[in-house]
Amino acid sequence: MIALSGVSKRYPGAHEALRDITLRIERGELILLTGPSGAGKSTLLKLIAAIERPTAGTVTVSGQNVARLSKRAIPYLRRNFGLVFQDHKLLYDRSVFENVVLPLRVAGFDGREAASRVRAALDKVGLLGRERSNPISLSGGEQQRVCIARAVVHRPSIVLADEPTANLDAEYAREIVALFGAFHQVGVTLMVATHDVGTFAPLTSRRIELRGGALVP
Amino acid sequence: MRSWLAQHGFAFRDALGRFARHLVPSVFNIVVIGVAVSLPLGLYVTVKNLGAVTGQLDAEPQLTLFMVPEASAEEAEAVGARLAQHPAVGKQRFVPKTEALDGLKRNAGMTEIIDNLGRNPLPDAWIVSGRGGDPATLESLRQEAVRWPKVDHAQLDTAWARKLDTAVRVGRAVTLLIAGLLAVALAAVTFNTIRLQILTRREEIEVSKLIGATDGFIRRPFLYFGLLQGIAGGLAACGLVWAALAALQAQVGPALLALAPEGGLLGLALPEAAAVLGVASALGWLGAWLSVTQHLWRIG
Ligand SMILES: Nc1ncnc2c1ncn2[C@@H]1O[C@H](COP(=O)(O)OP(=O)(O)O)[C@@H](O)[C@H]1O
Ligand SMILES: [Mg+2]
Repeated sequence: MIALSGVSKRYPGAHEALRDITLRIERGELILLTGPSGAGKSTLLKLIAAIERPTAGTVTVSGQNVARLSKRAIPYLRRNFGLVFQDHKLLYDRSVFENVVLPLRVAGFDGREAASRVRAALDKVGLLGRERSNPISLSGGEQQRVCIARAVVHRPSIVLADEPTANLDAEYAREIVALFGAFHQVGVTLMVATHDVGTFAPLTSRRIELRGGALVP
Repeated sequence: MRSWLAQHGFAFRDALGRFARHLVPSVFNIVVIGVAVSLPLGLYVTVKNLGAVTGQLDAEPQLTLFMVPEASAEEAEAVGARLAQHPAVGKQRFVPKTEALDGLKRNAGMTEIIDNLGRNPLPDAWIVSGRGGDPATLESLRQEAVRWPKVDHAQLDTAWARKLDTAVRVGRAVTLLIAGLLAVALAAVTFNTIRLQILTRREEIEVSKLIGATDGFIRRPFLYFGLLQGIAGGLAACGLVWAALAALQAQVGPALLALAPEGGLLGLALPEAAAVLGVASALGWLGAWLSVTQHLWRIG
């Protein structure tokens, strides 16, 4: 489903963030992408979602070479993904509902069907009833769950989550881990970047470890 | 199709929501646009009224051919026959020198002066109105007729009407020029409004792009906003012009009617107002499009 072959990434004016990465991820797999801070985990996820382009190698998603996609095609690729960003990227001048409905609007859904899907997603993360709240009034764990609801509301086949449990209390973190376990059970392909392996220990997953931009064999 | 409708419906509601959330600056913008558009629009209505006045004058321009004083009745007849065969001539009327003198005598005080002259100083004359009412054909007839035998001179009485006509033409050109300049201003005002909106909605645009929004999706609400602002500004301009006309009519009233074309002052017709709204909304759309496109291009 996702394949990287000889992928390197060098940010302008910086050393190589990723070096010669080759890996395959099958449909329905749950991948834990681990490694210390600065290892290149976020960069790897960004390459898959075509947020960054590799300086060398190919990234293919469902047979499409992501690096070769035209600017016009990228939005349609992105709709296959559910993205949980390291820095949340919630809109704090909008309600929880408005935040979560965004991927549906982007894909052309609106109205009653969109609203019921938003409620279903919020229900899944235990935030039904908070849809009118402003995200700023929610706790860190609740905000993270809004992010997850936004990532899955359009039922993507692949979820990419970057440090979804960072800065969370152990209890909140466990809830999030349980959520990902539930998504895995319904067949979603999951890739979770984290520097905190222990929290995710309850999940059966394949582990991919990065160190200094290279795969640890 | 359904999704297309949903996308546009959403963008439209979003644009309306932006109006509502920033009501005061939005209204201010609409007033600015309205005043800007009302300038050329007011000028246009003024020129239109002047044009109607000259049109009514031009309906009966007249050419007077004066015979030389010593011309005989036969010679005047010959000119009359020539006129009757000329394609530019609509109606013609002979004013013999005696009739002209009688007319002059009817003016108080003139009788004595004329009696003292001892002889009739006035020539015979032909008064001709043109076929079709175009002053230009009578003008060419005038140039031709002064070379006919025993015709002394020929006078077109539309000189001042033609000056007014020229003034109307200049007025039209000036209106177009001002309209052009203010069209640029309208697009620029919208460009700036949208630029400010983009700055405050930067995060939303960024997040939307990350989760798969096309440029079209991001652009659409801004385009609707520009369009709506243009329409509102155009409506304000029509309202201003209409109010100005009503005030003029109420204040100056009958005095104005002497200057106005027959049938009263001309206002803005419905198709004209529709054209104003169309152009204003197109310019608002254009300003918004330029603004968003420039921004999207800059953020890659
Ligand atoms: N936009 C960027 N510009 C320059 N360097 C970057 C950028 N993003 C990340 N890096 C560098 O690339 C390396 C990998 O970063 P990142 O992928 O964020 O690692 P991780 O997510 O594992 O902490 C780090 O050295 C980081 O400083
Ligand atoms: Mg990171």
